[in-house]
Amino acid sequence: MKRKRNLVKGWAVKQTASRRRAVGVALVALVAAGALVACSSEDKTGASGDGGTYTIWDPYPQFDDSSNWVKLLNDCGSKAGVTVKRTAFDTSDLTSKTLLAAQQGNAPDVLIVDNPVISTLAEAGVLTTSDDIKLDTSAIDPNLLGAGQSGGKTFGIPIGANTLALYYNKTVLTAAGVDIASVKDWASLTAALAKVTAAGKKGITFSAIGTEEGSFQFLPWFWGSGANLTKLDSPEAVSALSLWTDWLKKGYAPNSVINNTQTTSWQEFATGQYAFAENGTWQLANAKKTGFEYGIIAVPGISGGTAAAPTGGEFVSVPVQKSTARYAVSQKLVACLTDTDNSLATTTTLSYIAPTAAVQAKQVAANPELKVWVDAVKAAKGRTGDNLGTKYPKISQPMWTAVQAALSGSASPQAALATAQTAAAAATK
Amino acid sequence: MTAYLLAFFAYPLYRNLDLSLRDYTVRSFVQGGAPFTGWANYAKVLGDPAFGPALTHTVVFTVVSLTFQFVIGLALAVFFAKSFRLSATLRALFLVPWLLPLIVSASTWSWLLNSDSGVVNAALRMLGVDPVNWLTSPQWSLVSVIIANIWIGVPFNLVVLYSGLRSIPAQLYEAAQLDGANGWQQFWRVTFPLLRPVSAITLLLGLVYTLKVFDLIWIMTRGGPSDSSTTFATWSYRLSFGNLLPAFGPGAAVGNLLIVMALIAGLVYIRAQKRQYEP
Repeated sequence: MKRKRNLVKGWAVKQTASRRRAVGVALVALVAAGALVACSSEDKTGASGDGGTYTIWDPYPQFDDSSNWVKLLNDCGSKAGVTVKRTAFDTSDLTSKTLLAAQQGNAPDVLIVDNPVISTLAEAGVLTTSDDIKLDTSAIDPNLLGAGQSGGKTFGIPIGANTLALYYNKTVLTAAGVDIASVKDWASLTAALAKVTAAGKKGITFSAIGTEEGSFQFLPWFWGSGANLTKLDSPEAVSALSLWTDWLKKGYAPNSVINNTQTTSWQEFATGQYAFAENGTWQLANAKKTGFEYGIIAVPGISGGTAAAPTGGEFVSVPVQKSTARYAVSQKLVACLTDTDNSLATTTTLSYIAPTAAVQAKQVAANPELKVWVDAVKAAKGRTGDNLGTKYPKISQPMWTAVQAALSGSASPQAALATAQTAAAAATK
Repeated sequence: MTAYLLAFFAYPLYRNLDLSLRDYTVRSFVQGGAPFTGWANYAKVLGDPAFGPALTHTVVFTVVSLTFQFVIGLALAVFFAKSFRLSATLRALFLVPWLLPLIVSASTWSWLLNSDSGVVNAALRMLGVDPVNWLTSPQWSLVSVIIANIWIGVPFNLVVLYSGLRSIPAQLYEAAQLDGANGWQQFWRVTFPLLRPVSAITLLLGLVYTLKVFDLIWIMTRGGPSDSSTTFATWSYRLSFGNLLPAFGPGAAVGNLLIVMALIAGLVYIRAQKRQYEP
């Protein structure tokens, strides 16, 4: 027994020694990491402190320095007589990065950011108004500019817009005997889905994930029913959620939509098994690669017509700087990025619809396929519009939660939306 | 060393505490001057209808994951302790889940468990069982993330417990054999007691890792559907970053609750350690 205890103790000593060594290694690693962080942050301040350098942040990490987008940024910089330092962020990171930078007093000179974020940043006092820096927004479609307005002021200018519509697979519809011209409202769409499912194919796919993306995809149906974001549990809203829930129950839409992002939903459509997919302008390039014939229709309203879809796309804005002298150049940069000629180039690069009627006409002339998208963008509506501003996020979260609850069967559409309305009312009080 | 500790541990902790005790809006986050509100954020979090389920999910997720990780890890460690042909190769294979970046494992699991095109449901269909909505039904989502987390945690337990086993002197087993102990008795009388210190530290580290598991759940279910797999970690993230309008205060409060839970576990461990060394 005694021998055993000694052995145990010896083992314990060895163990502590090796543990201490491990801790030492971990510490060295951490210090090294810390040093790296220190270096990189030093680097950054050096770059933005320079008088002739202007920083631009954008959410397009897919474009590298050789892309047309970055070339355009550099051209605009040299026209304004300054060097442009561009940094690309993942779109979900950009909001918090900007808030942190603004807190530290080193926000970028020009910021390109997703439109529903504008009201949040404006609320934080991070952005200048268009009056402050004398931006001309008169040519912009008012429904697109709406997302950047709050309290009668405009914060920035849309660089391009996109929205949602229904892609359809011609082969699947023909095989099931559905004429796309007959799909005009919810009843005829559901009837088409029934035919397709009966023919052994799959109906429709969309994204109902529990994030802003889910709300974005639900909104065309929500607004198409005549519902309003200020009252989530109205009978119209219930009819919109019931439409989706019934599709799932009847097997017209796959159960996986509850976790689908717009990308995974697109991948489902790209298999060629689905008749319809709700997706955006940005998938056009991928649609050509699918290998089957596709078409696009606007999302129908409950009893016909085109439902208002939410506007997507980014705004160019000018964050507040300590030295107001910088605004003159920033203004030139923004004007350059959004002028008519460049707007055509930019929106083509980004696969967006231009925010002005003049450029939209040019886009359709160059590519007639875009007609349906231009119409959809004209009918679209900003999420933070209707003077909701920063109330929108507080309504959107209860809404996507309700969508998830109803689709997963944990609550009826009626009950789920009633809960959502209570939560939204409490949050926006 | 002190400066390092202050800069990288004390200050962030202080900031997080400060965040959780003030009423931050996006405006006051940038411009400063958020009013001190005491425990209001904590009261808000505790009174939130999501609090109860999130606490239950955190506890269930942690306890079930730890139990299975430890039991499976120990069983495998004992199995591999006997050297046989290919044992080293097989052991290396078991390490793969640990080496993979979490985003890869989590995405792979969500493909496997996809309701419509997942391999698991295809297998169930072949066996004539009704497919299960693993990630999209409120009853199964938590189970699914737990299964994935167990798979990820087993290698860690295996490695640490295996090295613990190697340091148990072979003479003890010889002595036990001479005394006529069978395999089962050897395990319970020799292996298990001698492995206790290693087991304790494995479980403690496992607990800390599991409490803060975030990426796995976020990628697989986003804490949904309708909060059915939300734990404190995902809830805290959603409050602070998962929304267009960040709520830093309540987010930090939930984060601090997590830290407190880990701290309590650490204190329990230290107490247990002390008792062990006192005669």
